[in-house]
Amino acid sequence: MISVGDLTISFGAGSRSVHAVRGVSFSVGDGESFGIVGESGSGKSTVLRALAGLNKDWQGTATIGDVSAKVHQPRDVQMVFQDPYASLHPRHTVDRTLSEPLEIHGIGDVNSRVERALADVGLGAAFRFRYPNQLSGGQRQRVAIARALMLEPRVLLLDEPTSALDVSVQAEILNLLRRLRAERQLTMILVSHNLAVVAHMCDRLAVMNRGLIVEEMDVATLRRSEPREAYTRQLLVASKGYDRAVAAQMVTFD
Amino acid sequence: MNAATRPLLEIEDLKISFPTPTGLFHAVRGVSFSVGRERLGIVGESGSGKSLTGRAIMQLLPGNAHLSAKRLAFDGIDLLTASAKTLRSLRGARISLVMQDPKYSLNPVMTVGAQIAEAARIHGGVSKSEARLKALAMLEAVRIREPERVYQLYPHEVSGGMGQRIMIAMMLVPEPDLLIADEPTSALDVTVQLQVLSILDDLVRQRGMGLIFISHDLELVASFCDRVIVMYAGRMMEELPAHDLPAARHPYTRGLLNSLPRLGDQRAELATLTRDPAWLVEP
Amino acid sequence: MSAWQARLLSDTPRSRGDARLGAIYRGWLQFRRNRLALLGLAIVILLILVAAFAPWIATHHPNEQNLAQRLLPPSSAHWLGTDEFGRDVFSRIVFGARITLYIVALVAVIAAPIGLLVGTAAGYLGGWVDAVLMRVTDVFLAFPSLILALAFVAALGPGIENAVIAIALTAWPPYARIARAETLTIRNSDYIAAARLQGAGTARILTRHIMPLCMSSLTVRVTLDMAGIILTAAGLGFLGLGAQPPLAEWGAMVSSGRRYILDQWWVATIPGVAIFVVSLAFNLLGDGLRDVLDPRQKK
Repeated sequence: MISVGDLTISFGAGSRSVHAVRGVSFSVGDGESFGIVGESGSGKSTVLRALAGLNKDWQGTATIGDVSAKVHQPRDVQMVFQDPYASLHPRHTVDRTLSEPLEIHGIGDVNSRVERALADVGLGAAFRFRYPNQLSGGQRQRVAIARALMLEPRVLLLDEPTSALDVSVQAEILNLLRRLRAERQLTMILVSHNLAVVAHMCDRLAVMNRGLIVEEMDVATLRRSEPREAYTRQLLVASKGYDRAVAAQMVTFD
Repeated sequence: MNAATRPLLEIEDLKISFPTPTGLFHAVRGVSFSVGRERLGIVGESGSGKSLTGRAIMQLLPGNAHLSAKRLAFDGIDLLTASAKTLRSLRGARISLVMQDPKYSLNPVMTVGAQIAEAARIHGGVSKSEARLKALAMLEAVRIREPERVYQLYPHEVSGGMGQRIMIAMMLVPEPDLLIADEPTSALDVTVQLQVLSILDDLVRQRGMGLIFISHDLELVASFCDRVIVMYAGRMMEELPAHDLPAARHPYTRGLLNSLPRLGDQRAELATLTRDPAWLVEP
Repeated sequence: MSAWQARLLSDTPRSRGDARLGAIYRGWLQFRRNRLALLGLAIVILLILVAAFAPWIATHHPNEQNLAQRLLPPSSAHWLGTDEFGRDVFSRIVFGARITLYIVALVAVIAAPIGLLVGTAAGYLGGWVDAVLMRVTDVFLAFPSLILALAFVAALGPGIENAVIAIALTAWPPYARIARAETLTIRNSDYIAAARLQGAGTARILTRHIMPLCMSSLTVRVTLDMAGIILTAAGLGFLGLGAQPPLAEWGAMVSSGRRYILDQWWVATIPGVAIFVVSLAFNLLGDGLRDVLDPRQKK
């Protein structure tokens, strides 16, 4: 379904250019849920934005269903962003946010589709004419998910969808995403720094550091805490909470 | 009670409210605790009043906030009746506050080194060259690899993780007795987060500093702090030793713990929190 | 709370219209708390009413000359006195409100959309479009606006329409600057990225997503500039390049009255006071609007 080969992305030109992604390859099967884990600056979000088609300045291959990520259609792939406070237009009501994709693509039956989309993400009709500032963070993220699903894409890209939310809200959103994935046979890529979230949501994952994939594994390996690479082991230990001895042994991987 | 056994900070029945068009909004409603030379964690979700509690200690609340308390005392000094001059001499020198986002707390037109040195000069009364050495030493203490180079950088030239460590260096250079850290590490990568925490840990152990660690991350607080207060909607739900947090009794704390995804278990559905209106009223 | 208030403030509006009205009503509730802004609004509304009902409010015809009654001080027959041709100053002020309003409205209608279009296009498209548009803007900004307006009027010929065009042509560059700066911060936001992912084209993103967000700061700026526009129009009138006699334009009235300023103070002072009050009203209104529309700037 998704195939990425030797993907290289750099920003800036000449001597000041930064190689954000340095030859990344992976593939995701139809209906699979794939996680990308990494710390800030690892290039994980950059890969996602390239796959979404938001950044078209890259080398290598990145295809979704045999169509290059540079030319694919809105119905192929949609994305949910990290910060629900920044991903909804502040002056558009929920109704307008959800009906706009239908309007763009000339899809009729707007009323019932918007109502169904709201029901699907667990928001009642009462939310339909609210502005984002009348919604909580979790409700905003539900609207963002509903927007991403309006065009019924086959692939859903999730960029840290819960890291700006409280843990109790995170649980609700993760449950929602799992249910929607099962109902619609979505192919998903979830980018996160949180190993437990990736383990809960995905079948397989890649660990990225400094623009490279350090290793790829299935979630069972992660659950058994048996990664191959030292970098992943350190990440795993660090995510288990504070330990004086562990903190003293932290090393930087290049 | 004499000075040796007296807690650093005593808070009794702290209340903070804000006027809104529809009446008073009670953001903090009756919080009482004390802090000694230890690591106290305050956990809660957004809107629980945990950050306001931290700011109330510094007397850094928005102008329209109403604050009341039976007692709010630092090292025996009543903060409620203290003069502006007394408060100024406490702030920064004896009580420091580290906030989540360093970008808004650093002066954008001064090099970070100069800012730390200035903090050292104002509160430590040392000469210019001594202040510089102190700033460099502090940068090294917060594990910044090339302190000489970083000293010359402007805030926009440093990464988020480094900015946060610089903030901490600046807050620690006057060697405060009490550090209030409001989500100091939530913008950082886990590995950097642990390094920053170990710096704070060292300061508590070696210098006997008191630390109030405000966070939304239950697991982190459970592993890092000595004692934990769980807050919800401006009230304290429970107070318990940090290592007992995984076995907490209160349904709110339990609900939060159960909603966390964990590497070890394979639940298809995460438990969601049902909020009990009774939590808002019962003590 | 009455039923309609409850409906407007409801957290669950029942339709798009309700949602919009509710947002406007909340803005009004906030605006209402600023006393000075309310005063400004009241004066501007008064100006509009006076302009609309000028023939009924005026006691005399604004251009009716009566040389027997020239330069009379304020009295019960001529509330604000008469000018050098014996025309009633009060009536001329009342009719002058029409001209002032006409100039202000026309300049806003011409200059704001040009600035908005140029600024958002330059900011969103970037590259050479940005370079060309902003250099043109810089050229316009390099001249003092009154001098540029003078040059335009000199080229187009004196008259009120030409004065309006001249002022509009000098007023848009700051709006383009503001719109561009706003656009640059909006352009990289996630909601614009989301709109692009949904397949929204450049025109749709500019008009539906970016322009509405630039409108608030632009509205504030235009309102604050109204005072300057009135002064520039008055300045052109004063120099004889704006409204032509016998039109009752406040600036021209000051100009012709200044010869008598020492002995018949009211001839020049009254239109001057009118200009001052209206300019001040627009400034107060603009400050109040800024608090409502542009909360970032609030103290």
